[in-house]
Amino acid sequence: MPDRAPVIVGTGLSDYPQAPDLDGVQHHSQAMQRALADCGLAKGEIDGYLDAGGGGVMIDDAVTMAEYLGIDHRYIDGTMTGGSSFEFHVQHAAAAIRQGLCDTVLITYGSDQLSRMGRSLGTGGLGRGAKRFAGPQQYEAPFGNSLVGSYAMAAQRHMYEFGTTSEQLAEIAVGVREFAGLNPKAMYREPITVDDVLGSRLIADPLHKLDCCVISDGGGAIVMTTAERARDLRQPPVYVLGAAGAQTHWNISQMPDFTDTAASRCGPIAFGQAGVAPANIDTIQFYDSFTITVMLLLEGLGFCARGEGGAFVKDGHLRRGGDLPLNTDGGGLSSSHPGMRGIFLLIEAARQLRGQAGEAQVPDCDLAVACGSGGWLSCIGAVILGREHP
Amino acid sequence: MTPARDESDVPPQPVEQWERPLPRPDNVSKPFWEAASRGELLIQRCPSGHRQFYPRAVCRVCGDDPGWEQASGRGTVHTYTVIRQNHARPFRDELPYVVAMVDLVEGVRMMGNITGCAPDEVYIGMPVEVRMVQAEPDVGVPFWRPVAGGPGTKGATA
Repeated sequence: MPDRAPVIVGTGLSDYPQAPDLDGVQHHSQAMQRALADCGLAKGEIDGYLDAGGGGVMIDDAVTMAEYLGIDHRYIDGTMTGGSSFEFHVQHAAAAIRQGLCDTVLITYGSDQLSRMGRSLGTGGLGRGAKRFAGPQQYEAPFGNSLVGSYAMAAQRHMYEFGTTSEQLAEIAVGVREFAGLNPKAMYREPITVDDVLGSRLIADPLHKLDCCVISDGGGAIVMTTAERARDLRQPPVYVLGAAGAQTHWNISQMPDFTDTAASRCGPIAFGQAGVAPANIDTIQFYDSFTITVMLLLEGLGFCARGEGGAFVKDGHLRRGGDLPLNTDGGGLSSSHPGMRGIFLLIEAARQLRGQAGEAQVPDCDLAVACGSGGWLSCIGAVILGREHP
Repeated sequence: MTPARDESDVPPQPVEQWERPLPRPDNVSKPFWEAASRGELLIQRCPSGHRQFYPRAVCRVCGDDPGWEQASGRGTVHTYTVIRQNHARPFRDELPYVVAMVDLVEGVRMMGNITGCAPDEVYIGMPVEVRMVQAEPDVGVPFWRPVAGGPGTKGATA
């Protein structure tokens, strides 16, 4: 029996945080080229393709990109759950590889949002530009909520229920910035303090500017295959030990509980598949669209009890040298956030497990979790990756 | 606490020119927007008694056809934020303003703006009541304001 355990063998990032010469499709292309070069596979061996799109209607969705890249697929998937799409993709690709629906899978993402739209897209508010809204948005659009505002309402409720403070949220941004200082490509590298975060202007109470992710260009690609095929490739394989996703809502007004995400549903499934517990994890690569996102994922996945995220982050676990370093590439808060950052989490987790993270390397890194959040804390995907064959 | 009053006695406040995004009423949502333009707040309730907001063609619990019922127009702030940056017109001219989730006494939740008090006076648990604003002839939009005589100090119930 060939060994069909699903593994990540190739990863590639396109130019970031700003690449004015690349459009979104070219970010996909460049990332694919780099991921193939990374593992040494030929493009012709790819027989599965996953892509969430996100660049606009049909511009870079799965079938359009499969044509553009010339992928002759036996398996295709265009699941779009916002920034967590790629964690869902790993779940689907792992199942497809195990079942023999395909052998070698490519996942790509790319966005030129910074070069195309600039930072003015900032808070993501809806205005007169689109005058009428149909569907569920007709009950939200008239009120001027923003993307930041949705997360801010979760943070406000977390503070109300659990006494969480702005200082505790700021701690997350400070720790991630420390790692950004080790990444020459990160958008912001200068160290910051809790006071810097609290002193930055409020965007939507209680979230300050430095509680919010950067706006960048960028893209990524991942090649997955069987453990069997991985044996004679360039990179040590990274095993997909567990992968699960769940959804609680899409529109923020439908969020059932503003302090509980779908992480509390998909986390136990992913950990159960992997046969490990949060205490076994060596590094976490979490969606850090906002500081509150990280805190809710920590609690949802069981790294600390519900409501205790504030105390947990203050204890320094997530910092460089802590026992659970967070976002060792500088994260979305400081390095790059092209709009749907989930693929970066998987790529950084793989880099850590291969022992290739340089100064940011977490010692004895055997197990990592990549956890993406899509929409407005709507769709959560958790992937547990390991260095050892399960 | 004063009993919830019939909201039909709150006349919609017409605006000179509505510059915010508008709903695109469809066969499901039209009764909601039209009722609001008459000063009434409607929510859906299916034959089994499941209530929901936003309105849709099916009950999200049992899949049955939902009907309409008039809501009290009273609720409390579940959570909120003060929006201090929004580059989009007309909101950039209204900064800062409050976006909140309001829990109606009927058990459904809706997004809206809290007006009629300073943004800093809004708090979680604040009792609010609906105030309809007429955006177009057949479209009223629910806004929320502190209940007159209700606890008015931030943190009173926190």
